[in-house]
Amino acid sequence: MDFSSINPILLLASLMVAATPIILAAAGELIVERAGVLNLGVEGMMITGAITGFIATVTTGSPWIGFAAAAVGGAGLSLLFGFLTQFLLSNQVATGLALTLFGLGLSALLGQGYNGIKAPEFPKIDIPVISDIPVLGPILCSHDPMVYVGLGLIAGIWYFLKYSRAGLVLRAVGENHEAAHALGYHVIRIRILAIMFGGACAGLGGAYISLVRVPQWTDGMTAGAGWIALAIVVFASWRPWRLLIGAYLFGGVTVLQLNLQAAGIAIPVEYLAMSPYIATILVLVLMSAGRAPGSLGKIFHASR
Amino acid sequence: MLTLEKRPQPSKAWVYAAPILAVVITMIVGGAVFALLGKPPLEAIRTIFYDPIFGEFASYSRPQLLIKAGPLILIAIGLSFGFRAGIWNIGAEGQYIIGALAAAGTGLAFYPMEARWLIFPLMIIAGLAGGMLWAAIPAFLRIRFKTNEILVSLMLVYVAEAIQASMALNLLRNPDGHGFPGSRNLSQYSSSANLELISNSGIHWGVLAAVTAVVFAYFILARHRFGFDVRLAGQSPRAAGFAGVDAGRLIFICMLISGGLAGAAGMFEIAGPAGRVSIDFNVGYGFTAIIVAFLGRLHPVGILIAGLLMALTYIGGELAQLSLGLPGAAIQLFQGMLLFFLLAVDVMTSYRIRFGKTE
Repeated sequence: MDFSSINPILLLASLMVAATPIILAAAGELIVERAGVLNLGVEGMMITGAITGFIATVTTGSPWIGFAAAAVGGAGLSLLFGFLTQFLLSNQVATGLALTLFGLGLSALLGQGYNGIKAPEFPKIDIPVISDIPVLGPILCSHDPMVYVGLGLIAGIWYFLKYSRAGLVLRAVGENHEAAHALGYHVIRIRILAIMFGGACAGLGGAYISLVRVPQWTDGMTAGAGWIALAIVVFASWRPWRLLIGAYLFGGVTVLQLNLQAAGIAIPVEYLAMSPYIATILVLVLMSAGRAPGSLGKIFHASR
Repeated sequence: MLTLEKRPQPSKAWVYAAPILAVVITMIVGGAVFALLGKPPLEAIRTIFYDPIFGEFASYSRPQLLIKAGPLILIAIGLSFGFRAGIWNIGAEGQYIIGALAAAGTGLAFYPMEARWLIFPLMIIAGLAGGMLWAAIPAFLRIRFKTNEILVSLMLVYVAEAIQASMALNLLRNPDGHGFPGSRNLSQYSSSANLELISNSGIHWGVLAAVTAVVFAYFILARHRFGFDVRLAGQSPRAAGFAGVDAGRLIFICMLISGGLAGAAGMFEIAGPAGRVSIDFNVGYGFTAIIVAFLGRLHPVGILIAGLLMALTYIGGELAQLSLGLPGAAIQLFQGMLLFFLLAVDVMTSYRIRFGKTE
């Protein structure tokens, strides 16, 4: 066992990379849940985004087009969920599960023939002076653009929910859809938009895994990241900045266990591999005191 | 303009019609997908739904049907209790794995002793207990800490998969296996083998257990106080509270039923069709069973039919893979689609569609 091979600076830098897919997907789900919709299909939308993004990148050679395609793919799949739950008033838990099962099948079908191909590299941004600063430079300033997109997304969502009128309306719809409806807001339209935003973010998160983190395509490669994103939203008590803490905590455990594996610690690999999931359960147990949006998961039907 | 109007009572006719309509729509849309993949759609549908029962090789595929349907029905019956009560155990796959590992461990502990009368029943008990234990974790956390059981039970699937890999590589590895991962073959060890009871019928102990579970579930839901509590809690948790139903107890029992049956399904599978603990002996029955439970309307008889139908898509899918080169993922998509369409068509059960403006 050789712990000296673990470089704390590299560890923190890779932590930010490991947390990014979760941040992206959880940020989208946060908006969906604040609008009062529980979409359990994050895993399905992520994996669909992972494959659409991968295919687009391999065919065009541009990761940017790939990420755009992933967002479109995720949002497209989420529209299925939106149509079923908002117009056909289906049970959100069951529909979300169906979305995940469907997404896993769809992605495996689309991904045929893409197994084992390497994605073109996504260039990192190296801000000249700042990334040369010792310690902080490599941790904060030498990442690919999507890491910053994720952080920007959190800041944007925080501002949107707290200070914008549209954010207030979205929260009202999520807290009490009957009241929002009585005030004349289009509950269903707002929710569909929120669901699509959530799908696009999940798609980006999935594409980040297939284009940057791995970067390859294998069936079922999101390996529960979508479910962890759902758990992080609960952990964050539906607040954007706490979501960041949760995602870094998860990213930290993931990266640490990978590093311990590489350092040859005496714990078998399989037990290290389960640690992120156990950590997520522990975090859920410790943080289940938050208050969920009032109308979360309830069916809205304007009968009058 | 179409508008939905809530029915005063859920429509009885649509309760039965919705699954059938969903299957028909899935066949049509699925056929279109097959056509897009460049496969003849009608032939593909026939290969999946007709050939396994009446086709050329039906004598081979018919027993397979029961082998696949057994675990699906057993798990789905367990899940249906929780789903009816609004308790979402979606980690049946993990409970299935742990049940199988507990049973395999028990059986292998006695190897090579010859005592089928002792070892086989012990393995069934171990499977039940393993599944129950794995399901008790989310149940306990839900009751004690109000932790979301959906997320916890699902996280535990990944934990179970890691334990499974570890068992196949270390503790349960076949000492005579020349270092290859995987355990001894339990289906070739006469004390543990889950054999076919009637030769070439596909009926093994797990299929019998599934049928027994269907019968028991029917009577519990229709006649027993517990079944009434389950249905009441699902339809109106508040009313259930006033009627004296202990919510925590209900959660615990529902989770244990689903976990235990999933674990038992794992036991019958590891001692029979799967045979040995490998790093990936699980094939997703725990997830497909969710579709089976919904497709069967959470009703025992419905689940029996839905389980057979879903087994048909597995067998037919394999057949189509061989004869038409249809990708395996297409079947997974097909199964997901089925659940989607069912949920979509289900709107007709409690709402009716009105044409034109309501005002």
